[in-house]
Amino acid sequence: MTASPPTPPTRIGAVVALEHVSKRFGPPGTPAAVEDLSLVIPAGEICVLVGPSGCGKTTTMKMINRLIEATGGRVTIDGEDVMALPAVELRRRIGYVIQQVGLFPHMTVADNVGVVPRLLRWPEARVRERSHELLELVGLDPATFGGRYPAALSGGERQRVGVARALAADPPVMLMDEPFGAVDPILRDRLQNEFLRLQAKVRKTIVFVTHDVDEAIKMADRIAILGRGGILAQYDTPDAILAAPASEFVEHFVGADRGLKRLSLGRVGDLPLLTPILARAGESRRTVVQRLDAASADYALLTDAAGRPIGWVGRHDLAGDGFLAEADATPGSAPLQPESTLRDALSAMLASSVQLGVVVDEHDVVIGLISVDAISEVLRGARDSGA
Amino acid sequence: MIEGRPFFQPQWIIDNLDEIGRRLGEHVLMTVIAVSAGFFISFGLALLVRGRPRLYGPVIGIAGTIYSIPSLALFALLIPLTGISLLTAEIALVGYTLLILLRNIVTALDGVPADVIGAAEGMGYTPLQRLWHVELPIALPVIVAGIRIATVTTIGLVAVTTLIGMGGLGYLIINSGIRRFFATSIYTGVALSVALAVFADLALLAIQRRLTPWARAREGRA
Amino acid sequence: MEFLGEVVAWFGDPASWTGRNGIPIRAWEHVSLSAASLAVAVAIALPVGLFIGHTNRGARVTMAVANIGRAVPSIGWLGIALPITLALFQRGGLGFLPSFVALVALGIPPIVTNTYAGLREVDAEMLEAGRGVGMRELQLLRRVEVPIALPVIMAGIRSSAVTIVATATLAALVGGGTLGDFILQGLYVNDQPRIFGAAVLVALLALGTELVFGFLQRRAISPGLRPETVASPG
Repeated sequence: MTASPPTPPTRIGAVVALEHVSKRFGPPGTPAAVEDLSLVIPAGEICVLVGPSGCGKTTTMKMINRLIEATGGRVTIDGEDVMALPAVELRRRIGYVIQQVGLFPHMTVADNVGVVPRLLRWPEARVRERSHELLELVGLDPATFGGRYPAALSGGERQRVGVARALAADPPVMLMDEPFGAVDPILRDRLQNEFLRLQAKVRKTIVFVTHDVDEAIKMADRIAILGRGGILAQYDTPDAILAAPASEFVEHFVGADRGLKRLSLGRVGDLPLLTPILARAGESRRTVVQRLDAASADYALLTDAAGRPIGWVGRHDLAGDGFLAEADATPGSAPLQPESTLRDALSAMLASSVQLGVVVDEHDVVIGLISVDAISEVLRGARDSGA
Repeated sequence: MIEGRPFFQPQWIIDNLDEIGRRLGEHVLMTVIAVSAGFFISFGLALLVRGRPRLYGPVIGIAGTIYSIPSLALFALLIPLTGISLLTAEIALVGYTLLILLRNIVTALDGVPADVIGAAEGMGYTPLQRLWHVELPIALPVIVAGIRIATVTTIGLVAVTTLIGMGGLGYLIINSGIRRFFATSIYTGVALSVALAVFADLALLAIQRRLTPWARAREGRA
Repeated sequence: MEFLGEVVAWFGDPASWTGRNGIPIRAWEHVSLSAASLAVAVAIALPVGLFIGHTNRGARVTMAVANIGRAVPSIGWLGIALPITLALFQRGGLGFLPSFVALVALGIPPIVTNTYAGLREVDAEMLEAGRGVGMRELQLLRRVEVPIALPVIMAGIRSSAVTIVATATLAALVGGGTLGDFILQGLYVNDQPRIFGAAVLVALLALGTELVFGFLQRRAISPGLRPETVASPG
């Protein structure tokens, strides 16, 4: 893997304000899709719009880059009305990521990333440089991926290119419409974690739409819960919403298992990690058994040469003489990362036979273990404090 | 064909290479004019009718009706208007390409995935830029496939124009061929017509492949 | 316009309708030649198509030949057939025979291609189910594959029919008569009303053929596969 690249000079996000925004499809008298919505998103924060089907969350998001024109109220970015610019120019200054990504199949990955810079008439050399920077930023080696076509990429790789493309022209605001909705849960967790790390570096103002409450709790600095007709039910930090839902609607939407949901607020990285007993293929079984005895443990974690986890070996796998092979290990659940929520960690661990979660860093190298007990502690603490 | 004369006389071909070449050239020219004009007209029509189903139906209906009329009859119907001339021939030939090309272009543009168009719009392309930079390149393979079909069809139809006084390979098939009961000329004309059609088809296919390197990526991945 | 008046006059003139060169005779020549050619083309192409479609053997070769056949212009087939029929039958090789041979050759490729494609589209699972309940290959073909593939097969036959009717117009070149004869004769003596009038007849005949076979094609869809019949219960 490449070393961490120098962070490209970035603009901190802009303040996005919706003032009494409304949208009505059809003649006056038809019920509005969004009715008199006002909220302010502070610069550099992720605001998640969440709500049931038909609540107007996507419509609201699209009114920011004028893919849908508001019929009432106004939207401003850093104080400037979005109507002041031609729509096309506005959109070139706002990053846009959709669920199916929509990568242009006829352009290489590098060219896809360079679309908006080219529309803005950046000098060609600068476009190539920027494309290079961004691919590295999202963890794709430019030399390998730059010249490939989208059809040759996996789902996760495509999502990453989509994010890179949205950031290319260094926009202060990014709109994301269920960006991780089309991938499997394990990949989604990774992509979410990677995005959070990215946001820590670039600090854009992000408007993120999802129907998944858990994703909202994980990703958001602030959540806006919308009801039918774009009515704002509550707009606050995830913690505040879970601790004190403003209405029955919010309570119902967030779900009865609020205590469990609060686990989504905690991150794996917040808890002290346990040190695993490590083993490598090729080591003698007896040696590993001795190591287990010394630590009074029953399972060792088999890793590869780089330190990436392969699976668990228990005492019964270590019977007899001879050397350990990779095939001896039982794969555990998908590895967790420091940004993974405790909720995801719990789900992962309960699904595996070994009730320990393996935590890896951004290079997939093992950094520690987390146990079900540690999470139970958190639950107990939360319950005791009356959450 | 006529008793006494050998069936096939290769010597005739050698003796008349320049005449044959000339007819071939005329044939190619008429084809190129018809397909080019047909393409531009169909493209313009396609931009007009796509997304407007109420227009699309009738326009395709008209193109389809023209296509159903046998070539000789279509020429004949045009004669009172434009006389026995190259213009008549070309108007008819262009008319025949319309159904193929129009349907093709509309289908090709409709085939661009909705999420790609959504992304393009959201990123700040103007509609014209979107058409040029995104939709057309993606639609290109299907469009070229349509051009290939139109070209092969036109090559076949150009031969009939000899009956209204035009040149082309039809001259070899009909005038110096059938009308003179001369097999060599007939077969030369037919063979060249087929060869021309096959060549044009393959050449266009090669062009299509060069213009869409990204399609190969998909084939490569599977 | 006076030109149209002349055209109407040609239609109105009883001489146009009588004798060996009258409209009825030419029309009959056109229809009978087309019908005969289509019938024989179907008789040859359909079994071939059914065979390669059902067994998938020899498909590549057959399809390659069919595709080459399509590259030959319609008038080309007349040109190819004439010297052969003349060589074989001398004077008998003019008129009906070369036209017939050419039209049959012309009509075969679309039927073969479409029949093959139609059969290939039938779900393999359905065939397996059929074999599972003990159907023999021929029964499978008749009761399962063909009904499902019928619209596509009919589309091929329709395509052939239309092409044959259109090219029959040119049969006049080799002495085969048909409505095209009026056009060719008219061109020869520059009798424009005749040219135009005959062209109208040809166009009507072609469009009529298109419509008739289009209708047959639509009727060929089994009621079970038609959206209207499936939607309404009882």
